[in-house]
Amino acid sequence: MGMKRDEIESMILASIPDATVDIKDLAGDDNHYAATVTSNKFKGMTKVNQHKMVYDALGGKMGGTLHALSLTTLVPND
Amino acid sequence: MINNEANMNEINNVIEKNNENDPVVLYMKGDPTFPQCGFSSTVVQILKHIGVDFQSYDVLQDEKLREGIKSFSNWPTIPQLYVKGEFVGGCDIIREMFETGELKKYFEEKKVNFSNN
Repeated sequence: MGMKRDEIESMILASIPDATVDIKDLAGDDNHYAATVTSNKFKGMTKVNQHKMVYDALGGKMGGTLHALSLTTLVPND
Repeated sequence: MINNEANMNEINNVIEKNNENDPVVLYMKGDPTFPQCGFSSTVVQILKHIGVDFQSYDVLQDEKLREGIKSFSNWPTIPQLYVKGEFVGGCDIIREMFETGELKKYFEEKKVNFSNN
């Protein structure tokens, strides 16, 4: 199971096109990643809603197919 | 469908009651003494470090709670932390709030005591 790094990236970019996505593979098992997603869309949103936006982009895979994705969301500093 | 809906309402009521009974509620895998997942363990350690009392619920003991809590907050993973009935976040957000000092400020704002040891 699990997901490939570029699959995660393309899913996030598909619904958050302006995002920059940096994904670190923590264990090489297609299941443990740390991702930092930066997007203007996060501006004014709570952290919970920023993370929910990324989870929605992953189409319900978070918590199931993808067990351990440590997520950081940032707004680009102007 | 009706049966499913009845189940959903039932578990939502249970969760709401849990969140009313205690100011700080943590839905986790395992319990604070024996966390069964690294993410749950991280949040337990943060709460213990700050010295805030909390009530925990082990979702591994109750499949309905395990799934019900995810739809209750529309958040796909465990652990989940609630303060005064409000969903605060999972491991990533609680750790980030702790590291930036925001978590203590949040507890102060919500008038939740902590011993800050």
